[in-house]
Amino acid sequence: MRHRFLKENTIENAFKAICFLSILLPLVLIVVLIGDAVIDGWSRLSLDFLTGFPSRKPELAGFLPALVGSFYLMLLTSAIAIPLGLGAAIYLEEYAKPGFLTSLIEINISNLAGVPSIIYGLLGLELFVRMSHMGRSLLAGACTLALLLLPMVIMVSRESLRVVPNSLREAGFALGADQWQTIWKIILPMSIPGALTGIILSVARAIGETAPLITIGALTYVAFLPDSIHSAFTAMPIQIFNWISRPQTAFQTNAAAGIVVLLFLMLFFNALAIWLRARLQRKVYW
Amino acid sequence: MENESKNIFQSVKMRSENLKAWFGTHEVLHGITLSVPEKYVTAIIGPSGCGKSTFIRCLNRMHEVVPATKVLGSVYLDAIDIYKNSINPVNLRKKVGMVFQKPNPFPTMSIRDNVLAGLRLQGIKPYDAHATVEKALTQAALWDEVKDILNRPGLSLSGGQQQRLCIARTLALEPEVILMDEPCSALDPIATAKIEDLIQELKSKYTVVIVTHNMQQAARVSDVTAFFYLGELIEFDRTEKIFTTPKNRKTEEYVTGRFG
Repeated sequence: MRHRFLKENTIENAFKAICFLSILLPLVLIVVLIGDAVIDGWSRLSLDFLTGFPSRKPELAGFLPALVGSFYLMLLTSAIAIPLGLGAAIYLEEYAKPGFLTSLIEINISNLAGVPSIIYGLLGLELFVRMSHMGRSLLAGACTLALLLLPMVIMVSRESLRVVPNSLREAGFALGADQWQTIWKIILPMSIPGALTGIILSVARAIGETAPLITIGALTYVAFLPDSIHSAFTAMPIQIFNWISRPQTAFQTNAAAGIVVLLFLMLFFNALAIWLRARLQRKVYW
Repeated sequence: MENESKNIFQSVKMRSENLKAWFGTHEVLHGITLSVPEKYVTAIIGPSGCGKSTFIRCLNRMHEVVPATKVLGSVYLDAIDIYKNSINPVNLRKKVGMVFQKPNPFPTMSIRDNVLAGLRLQGIKPYDAHATVEKALTQAALWDEVKDILNRPGLSLSGGQQQRLCIARTLALEPEVILMDEPCSALDPIATAKIEDLIQELKSKYTVVIVTHNMQQAARVSDVTAFFYLGELIEFDRTEKIFTTPKNRKTEEYVTGRFG
């Protein structure tokens, strides 16, 4: 009996150790990654870097157009993807009758979430840049990224709608409310906190996307700030990509500094998502 | 039997005629004809799966909210067939309110907002919101317990209080009929007794239909009782008759606890 006891304990400890290592390894990697970028880019991390324009001289080159470009891109992308995604999720969860067509749509959305981003880039290039004559503009970039985000936004929104118990929908109907009134005033207030968290995380991921923006032809050398949605633009990952591909080593330092800024912003958005979830969910009593 | 109850109770508030209901291809109600007397408490009893919940969900057209369901036959509210094409179920449910088995106050709302929820959902601004809240909560015998904590979340109340809050929420719409689907089955005996007293109060102003699988409860609160078995209405009469001298052998077996 005692022997069996010991043996089980050994397996228990081994399993615990494996699980602990599984969390330790990625943590160490992230710390190394950030640490390396910070060390490499430290000499360039300054206000000048954040407010400067690109230059052929690495020590003068700044990140501002990329930073502003990414910011506008994020706003525009959200403005397109969030209403569309939420609307689609509401339709699928609340209105669509289960059946062949609904299942087909559902399977396709899950598959779309797994399509490589460069494919979206190619689609965006054809659909927005060429066919819709948007050119290599902010709007074309945002539309492309919105397409990329849409499946993810739909999925997290549906998930958050699904956790609202059916009894509350019935309560709404029994009080003489239409379905849209029930959705707007009961279902959405309960599911928005959950949906928002997922949506912010997907948007944060989208600002790190490089491939689709390169495909649709975002510029790599932009010495101005975009003044309208039809303006040419660059974005943080593209600027970083461009600096890394330069032969001069001084540009590598710029790239490292850019990476630090990008990572910092990503972490900021993740933190924002967590904070928002905690704050909004305090208003929902389950 | 049907005529008898009509004679006993002069005024009929709701009446179903040959009402059939399905879940998918499964027919759960096989043609129910039943009159609900006005301003009395009608109890619907029967073993699990006999169609009693489905029946009252047909009275405010909640049955059709579930996908793949079907209803045939007629249900009259006063003289109007509520299954006619021109009837909007949403408007019907303002007149025929419903209280569910599990208390389901809205989690994002305070006690006050829960009471006003029905009005607000429909986009109605009550003339005097506070008076509406006080009146509904008083009628639901909850006012004294919550009058100082109206801004607390509805879910902070006990189960029995939550159920009375749900009743208040229904009363705030000033319905004509209140349907209750096993309103006490999730509650303890003390909370149950309070709800039963409340039901007695309500019948002075409202027509009440209550589904219960607690026969003592049916005997305590109702004036007339309908016994359902396997989707059929077996017997419908004054409650004391159902419980003392039932005509049908199945009814007798059920109310004496020999099956169910």
